[in-house]
Amino acid sequence: MSDQGASHGNPPHEFLPSADWSRLQLRARLLARTRAFFAACGFLEVETPLLSADTVVDRYLDPLSVTLPNDPRMPEQGRKLWLQTSPEFGMKRLMAAGGQAIYQITRAFRGGESGPRHNPEFTIVEWYRRGDTMGDGMQLLSDLAEALLGLGPADRVSYAEAFGWRVGLDPHRATVDQLRAAAERLNVHASGSFAETDRDNWLNLLVALVVEPELGKTRPTILHSYPASQAALARVTGDPPVAERFELYVRGVELANGYHELVDPEVLRARNRAANLARAADGRPALPEVSRLLAAMDHGLPDCTGVALGFDRVVMLAAGAESLAGVTAFPIDRA
Amino acid sequence: MASYNTSDFKRGLKVQIDGDPYLMVECLFVKPGKGNALYKCRLRNLLRNTMLDRTYKGGDSLEAADVTEIKAQFLYRQQDTFVFMDNANYEQYELTKEQTDDAWKYLKEGMECSMVLFNNSPISVSPPNHVVLKVEYAEPAVKGNTATNLTKPVKLETGAEITCPAFVEMGDTIRVDTRTGEYLERAKA
Repeated sequence: MSDQGASHGNPPHEFLPSADWSRLQLRARLLARTRAFFAACGFLEVETPLLSADTVVDRYLDPLSVTLPNDPRMPEQGRKLWLQTSPEFGMKRLMAAGGQAIYQITRAFRGGESGPRHNPEFTIVEWYRRGDTMGDGMQLLSDLAEALLGLGPADRVSYAEAFGWRVGLDPHRATVDQLRAAAERLNVHASGSFAETDRDNWLNLLVALVVEPELGKTRPTILHSYPASQAALARVTGDPPVAERFELYVRGVELANGYHELVDPEVLRARNRAANLARAADGRPALPEVSRLLAAMDHGLPDCTGVALGFDRVVMLAAGAESLAGVTAFPIDRA
Repeated sequence: MASYNTSDFKRGLKVQIDGDPYLMVECLFVKPGKGNALYKCRLRNLLRNTMLDRTYKGGDSLEAADVTEIKAQFLYRQQDTFVFMDNANYEQYELTKEQTDDAWKYLKEGMECSMVLFNNSPISVSPPNHVVLKVEYAEPAVKGNTATNLTKPVKLETGAEITCPAFVEMGDTIRVDTRTGEYLERAKA
């Protein structure tokens, strides 16, 4: 079905970058500003491997793999390593080993993600600071966004508030039937396959198509306190239980995702198992549940908050560009 | 039957939903950092010409529509039925005036058109972008009448009415853009 062998019959002009020089210069200035910001806050810049035996076990993240051949004549055979979907595992291992405040600017890879706001290979800025609560983490993220985009400090709104405001339901208690009815009322026409899905898929649909486009319209906005079922690697607290997870939005674009980090290895083991079961139900391959991150958490991950920021999207917003291709030298179709 | 997975979704795809063929005219990829991928699509029903908005999630699939495009020659019109012939195998196809949409206005015997077949029945036909047609009737140009009547309606040999500059006369042959229905120029007979 897909176009085959596009790479070598391409028009000759496709050797050119898809972003012009003024935007590549802006990208370089924003990278320098990011490093200056973290240096001023006392963070140490670190590097962790792009190729790792471990990978995040997420229901909807599809990591790419690379084989390290033992014999160059049999390149398909050998040890399989994962291209990192984010530097999270490596950085948390550094935190467990005594890290205080660390940041990294690196590449991340996610299979199947291509579109105006997605490129399978992208630049991520990620940081962790020991002792930070979710509130501290949101403050630091707001400060960085202000330093990079100059749009003022971020407003904070809880997931339940934003959802209630746009959809008219409590996301922590609404039933699937109520969510389906709300989608119809809001002109969100879900395909028939949603009938067999869980609550989280309905929440995801409504947040992505109804709530997110309205976030950060006038000022940057941090959405926080997610449903416990969408905790990922954040800790869960309170009643109703919510995940100490937060995301930054500017003009409807999701820019960053942060957690008051889960430190209990038993909870992570249970979440990994659940994620792999859900992956199997979706027809996705299982991912390794045992990792050096679990070993680090068994040893003791300090109380900390960490955030990952999609740097290409920050450049896109700063440039007023419509897509990542406008701020990337060589997006995937020219890579 | 062939099907398309969400990762194949793109503009221009022809798919089948509830038995009808649809053309995907828009497809927006939306994926939260955590959460399933969404594909916000807009589809045009090729039989009824209506629009359908639908959002699919990663892993969904749609059947491929059984449509083919052929080159067909317009043979003749019998009342409101238009008869075509497949140039490759001489198979004949009939379309009603309504099914031709606006194409009937420009169809002249022997004209080569492109036709879309669904389950081997024609669902639409497109004439060439530019066609040459004879003006069957036009009001005579009135001498001295300059400013007000710069254009006038004329009737073409196909029975369709279009707007022409005032100087076009009965019996002229003119070139028409079939996509816009606009007069382009006078053509040599």
